[in-house]
Amino acid sequence: MTKIELTRHPLLKSFLKSRYPQLAVFVLVLAGFVFAIVAGLIGTPVGSRNFSIVFVWIAWWAILILVAVPFFGRGWCAVCPIPLPGEWLQRGAVLDPPGKKPGWLNRRWPRIFRNIWLQNIAFLFLALFSSVLLTTPSLTGIVLAIMLLAATALSTVFERRAFCRYLCPVGGFIGIYAKIAPLELRIKDKDICARCKDKPCYHGSPAGYGCPWDVFPGGMTTNTYCGLCLECLRTCPYDNIAVNLRPFCRDLVKPSNRLDEAFKAFIMLGSALVYAGVLLGPWGMLKDAAYHVGTLAWFTYAAGFLAFIFIILPGLFFLCLMRAQNSLSMKQRFTSLSRALIPLGLMFWVAFSLSFVLTNASYTLATLSDPLGLGWNLFGTAGIPWQPVGTSILAPAQTLALVVGLIGSARTAQKAAYEAGVSTFPVIIYCLGLTVIMLWLLI
Amino acid sequence: MIPRLPFSLLLMVGLAAIFVPLPVPSTVPQERTFRIEARQFAFSPSELKVNVGDTITLKLVSMDVVHGLYVDGYGISVQADPGQTQTLTFTARKPGSFRLRCSATCGAMHPFMIGKLTVGENHWLLRSLVLAGLAVLGVLGQPILKA
Repeated sequence: MTKIELTRHPLLKSFLKSRYPQLAVFVLVLAGFVFAIVAGLIGTPVGSRNFSIVFVWIAWWAILILVAVPFFGRGWCAVCPIPLPGEWLQRGAVLDPPGKKPGWLNRRWPRIFRNIWLQNIAFLFLALFSSVLLTTPSLTGIVLAIMLLAATALSTVFERRAFCRYLCPVGGFIGIYAKIAPLELRIKDKDICARCKDKPCYHGSPAGYGCPWDVFPGGMTTNTYCGLCLECLRTCPYDNIAVNLRPFCRDLVKPSNRLDEAFKAFIMLGSALVYAGVLLGPWGMLKDAAYHVGTLAWFTYAAGFLAFIFIILPGLFFLCLMRAQNSLSMKQRFTSLSRALIPLGLMFWVAFSLSFVLTNASYTLATLSDPLGLGWNLFGTAGIPWQPVGTSILAPAQTLALVVGLIGSARTAQKAAYEAGVSTFPVIIYCLGLTVIMLWLLI
Repeated sequence: MIPRLPFSLLLMVGLAAIFVPLPVPSTVPQERTFRIEARQFAFSPSELKVNVGDTITLKLVSMDVVHGLYVDGYGISVQADPGQTQTLTFTARKPGSFRLRCSATCGAMHPFMIGKLTVGENHWLLRSLVLAGLAVLGVLGQPILKA
């Protein structure tokens, strides 16, 4: 299957180039985000009756992991409200570039942190407290507020979207899973970019801003760090930017040698397994340990969580790569083969999320009418009782997701193992083994 | 090297794995009673195993706050106030694995207060494992993707 250039259609291209549709979504989502903070801080402490929990961890999460990431990659980043106030301050404008730039510090992000390790740490930090975070409105409100303030503060010190690119705990995994999406933004002709002197896509021009994600589109080969903000579509004077439809997993045929991205794959895969066991399993002791932060049980849980992600999962994977037929270093083999875990990781999250989203979706209707839990009934739906939906299709849907993920991972492992000169078999067995564990936990 | 298996063969075996009825061991239906203690945020015992056709009585005892017990797949529930025992009786006609969920908001971790009821064999898990194995066999017989 070849690519289909969506921006070839004039109407769609004008729609994407216009700032107004994006602004309309931004304003709507930013209002919802600020309301989630307020609801978290002043609303009912009962999570299942508070907008911040129900609309962030059930509704938003469902849209993100079941639709946005698999089909649109960084599509969520294109409309995420978190960087907006900072970006507007940094630019001194809400829409088109102003004549005169504001005098912010505009520093480069420190070289040592130009990777996703800080995002990995930020995600893990939240993951260790997730049982409390997912169920406590005030904590959710505080975390959302901190993210908004951090993104805004960083925009006044560093150039572009430093928070999104290097710190956002969500952006890190969206980036690696965006490699799977059947949507991409790419240049049409490399020679045109090579001849272009000013590179307005990167530096900006009166037509638009330089890439907020610090990416030069002319050299972009994967979706990982493209936030789909579409600024380059607006600034390119040669009409050399295209938004394409493409086959799934297209970016995974390209090798990667980044250890930070490799460990992100393990972090996400391991977290999904741990969550499936702790949150959806029948073991009350595990739930107690995960919830009671600061106790000995929690420290044991946290140590086990980290050991599973940083020692057990990568250690077993390492053993799969021991025997090689060429001179590639172990690090090269490890980083290259780890991309095989990306489809499986995403589908682990899809299968895990299906379970709690379907069983708790009915809370959204009640919370819509009474978002703060104050006894309101705005739309007449406040009294709708909790009722799981679609539980009869849950197990087949989870199986489908996991088997599709396994096929994607096994196909990627074949290609990566061939390049790295290692046998495909152990890596595929590794993926199969993890799939069996996930099936056992969920079904 | 694993030989390439025809797609039609894999598809047929896959469909068989999904739809072919699996044998259900014939057992004499029994009446079984379980006392389930509910406390924030767990059921005890948290895993129940019964045979298809058994008549099940669940005695829900709430040990701290108001708890409920909802049986996925059967769509039935019961609720118990602190210190009280409430009873839910049904016939386990549907085989498989079903989650038991607290149906009364009982605290922060309420959405994750979950138990498990297995009626007969968990056939869907067996079917899923076969499908996963078939997926691997199918991929191993495929040529390597080119960039």
